[in-house]
Amino acid sequence: MQRRDFLMRSLALGCSAAAAPLVTPVAMAAAPWDTRLVVIILRGAMDGLDVIRPHGDADFAALRPGLGGAGDPGALDLDGFFGLHPGFERLHPLWQAGEFGAVQAVSTPYRDKRSHFDGQDILEAGLPGLQGGGLRDGWLNRMLQLRSELEPEIAYAIGRERMLVLSGEAPTARWSPEAELEVSANARQLLNIVHHDDPLFRDASADAIEIAESLALDAEMAEQTGEMMADSPMMEGVSLNRTHVKLAEFAASRLRGDTRIASFSINGWDTHAKQAGGLRHRGAALSDTILTLKAGLGTVWDKTAVLCLTEFGRTAAENGTGGTDHGTGGAMLFAGGALRGGQVLGDWPGLSEADLYARRDLMPTRDVRAHAAWVMAGLMGLNRDELEGAIFPGMEMGPPPGLLR
Amino acid sequence: MTFDPVMAEIRFGVGLSPDRAPPGSVDDMLTALAGPDRMARAWPIARFAAAEPSFASIRAAALAVRDAPDAEAEARAMAHRDQLRENGREMYAANLATEVARTVDTTDGMRERLTRFWADHFTVRAVSGAVRHLVSPYIEEAIRPHVTGRFADMLRAVIVSPMMLLYLDQHLSLGPNSEAARKQGRGLNENLARELLELHTLGVGGAYTQTDVRELAELLTGLGWSARRGFRFRPNSAEPGAETVLGVDYGGGAPSLDDILDAMEGLALHPDTARHLARKLAVHFIAPDPDPMLVETMAARYLAADGDLLAMVEGMLLHPAAWSPPARNVKLPFDYIASGLRALAVPPEVVAGASLQQVRHVVQFPMRVMGQTWQAPTGPDGWPEAAEEWITPQGMAGRISWAMQAPERLVDALPDPRDFVHHALGPEPPEPVAFAARAAETRSDGVGVILASAAFHRR
Repeated sequence: MQRRDFLMRSLALGCSAAAAPLVTPVAMAAAPWDTRLVVIILRGAMDGLDVIRPHGDADFAALRPGLGGAGDPGALDLDGFFGLHPGFERLHPLWQAGEFGAVQAVSTPYRDKRSHFDGQDILEAGLPGLQGGGLRDGWLNRMLQLRSELEPEIAYAIGRERMLVLSGEAPTARWSPEAELEVSANARQLLNIVHHDDPLFRDASADAIEIAESLALDAEMAEQTGEMMADSPMMEGVSLNRTHVKLAEFAASRLRGDTRIASFSINGWDTHAKQAGGLRHRGAALSDTILTLKAGLGTVWDKTAVLCLTEFGRTAAENGTGGTDHGTGGAMLFAGGALRGGQVLGDWPGLSEADLYARRDLMPTRDVRAHAAWVMAGLMGLNRDELEGAIFPGMEMGPPPGLLR
Repeated sequence: MTFDPVMAEIRFGVGLSPDRAPPGSVDDMLTALAGPDRMARAWPIARFAAAEPSFASIRAAALAVRDAPDAEAEARAMAHRDQLRENGREMYAANLATEVARTVDTTDGMRERLTRFWADHFTVRAVSGAVRHLVSPYIEEAIRPHVTGRFADMLRAVIVSPMMLLYLDQHLSLGPNSEAARKQGRGLNENLARELLELHTLGVGGAYTQTDVRELAELLTGLGWSARRGFRFRPNSAEPGAETVLGVDYGGGAPSLDDILDAMEGLALHPDTARHLARKLAVHFIAPDPDPMLVETMAARYLAADGDLLAMVEGMLLHPAAWSPPARNVKLPFDYIASGLRALAVPPEVVAGASLQQVRHVVQFPMRVMGQTWQAPTGPDGWPEAAEEWITPQGMAGRISWAMQAPERLVDALPDPRDFVHHALGPEPPEPVAFAARAAETRSDGVGVILASAAFHRR
């Protein structure tokens, strides 16, 4: 490969659009903002009532006899009213440091059908509903579309699943840490030749090889991440070879560089039965993920916001199999030095039967998109027209919820 | 353009092989399709009704654990349950290996392609990990026997399969005025009815309304299931009275499965269904925007032959537009890997006899990195067709990795790349690929680059 080609390709790094932009070899245009946003989609519907338990609500105990309602010595008190599920205990120090918090009783506009598939689509599309099957793009991508001069590497969708939230017309980078690629210099040159006449293959292969190579060149950075993580006492108990840890580690290594937005998912929240064990397991995974991000980001953590979003909440009452079924209102978890943690935000609707949505689910008192919008307004300087128009059409931001530091 | 053996095997079949001759004519292809299913006999996969562990035995094992009278019995029951789970896991890998073996061995490649096409058209996902091994038996029973027969027969087999009933919630759906609904306080679920119209028959642009969806959903009530006894028609769950679907009345007497099966006949023979299926097949086999005349011909042949799918395929293969270059589609990851094994002349018995670990490392995990988690597409609309959906940086990383690493593991002595380029791409490979085959430093790089080339992915 010609040295010049190599440079041109590496500047188009990770561009998933068919046409690679012909960029001149100058330093990459810096993003117009310096803060970092990580959006984690918790697929399967996280039970917000079990993660952030409303112990202070008089109706909680009767609804959840086997899920922390009957008193749970393992739960950690947060503010006298809410307590934290014991599986998330390793995040408690972050709570105390004001770097981890939650919003209760929120949801997307999705109602009643309670399908994971549709619920996740609506969450990621950021739209009021599935009208017309027009889910062509996600809200993070529409945000990038407003800033057309950006390089694809500005935003990374990580993992092998497609992330609708980042999909769309604005070019973004997508990579799975599972995709390891070792190609000899000779083979690389020959691939260039055999793909020369097929632009789709030419660009995808060149991007694949360049990403793999830049990751190898970043060995120093990775080593640095490793050292930073090893130095952090919080990383004790984090099993480094788990998929979610690898995703978080990769996200951190990109975000320390030119990447400003990263998104990936953590699955397995659909706890219809034996929720006590299931949620402990998921709590450990999410704690690992957030602690890995913090350790891997170093000082960048101070300007980072992590939003953990799920498609909907779960039934207020425990079901007959020690679990909960698909519901409506739920919780959003957040972390990072850019946000004001150490608090549970949101208007608490209560859990008496009359207060529930459809007499079964926690009543959502605010659109979760409004919280995402306020975070983006604060972090990236987006204005209300952009947020209520192009990014979250039909949403009203309302007053600031107090998320920003 | 007219028939070309290399194109026949790549575009309509499963890829070239150094020791299996491509078809010599369209007639050859049609004769093979009309003949016996040799691969199903040579490399068997259990039909759903006979597959073990079945829903019934998995349920019985779970009950035995629950009802164990003492600790010793419980330990025994748990050991049995765990053994069934292990058997299921092994069968899942064996199903995958068998499907690859058929693809590697066949001289009737279009049958394998059609089976995968229709299995995707009628996508199901296992409702839990414990029954993942039953997806292939579903295909073997409800799809494969009908790919060269009548579409209505396939449709009827699919809608009484527990795999589909469970996947699209039909087993939960009760007629709003049925006895069961009054007792249980539940009601109608439109999931299967909607997908039948939107995906399986008329297509999203077809001439149906929300009322048709609702009436069809009411008509389908009664399709039931139990783990112990499998599919059952439950008159108590069925909505009383006649339902009007696309202007035709069905039922009205005592609830009966026959009314539902009659409605499938009506849906199968609807002109919008003919057009939807014809276009979808043409998009899969030929190009993203197939010649409208070709699609019309396929649909007309299908309707004239009373809904016969072989007639539709014949209409496609006999049309000159079916043979027009260039190749614009790409092989899905499964087809990519299987065609690689064919080109490398890996013996089918080696594939079929592979261990669980080998199947995972050579087929299952690489497919996942390429974007296709086997038998687990995200939704009932199955895998996407567009090349751009697959040839992404990480998808390509998966394909290149496989091309560079798998051949070494699969064959004792790699072929000379200058020969292999002909095994993989025929007598006239594109010049840049032939050049790369000559210029490679090592056999491994040469074989890998040929398998990773756009020419080997396109069809």
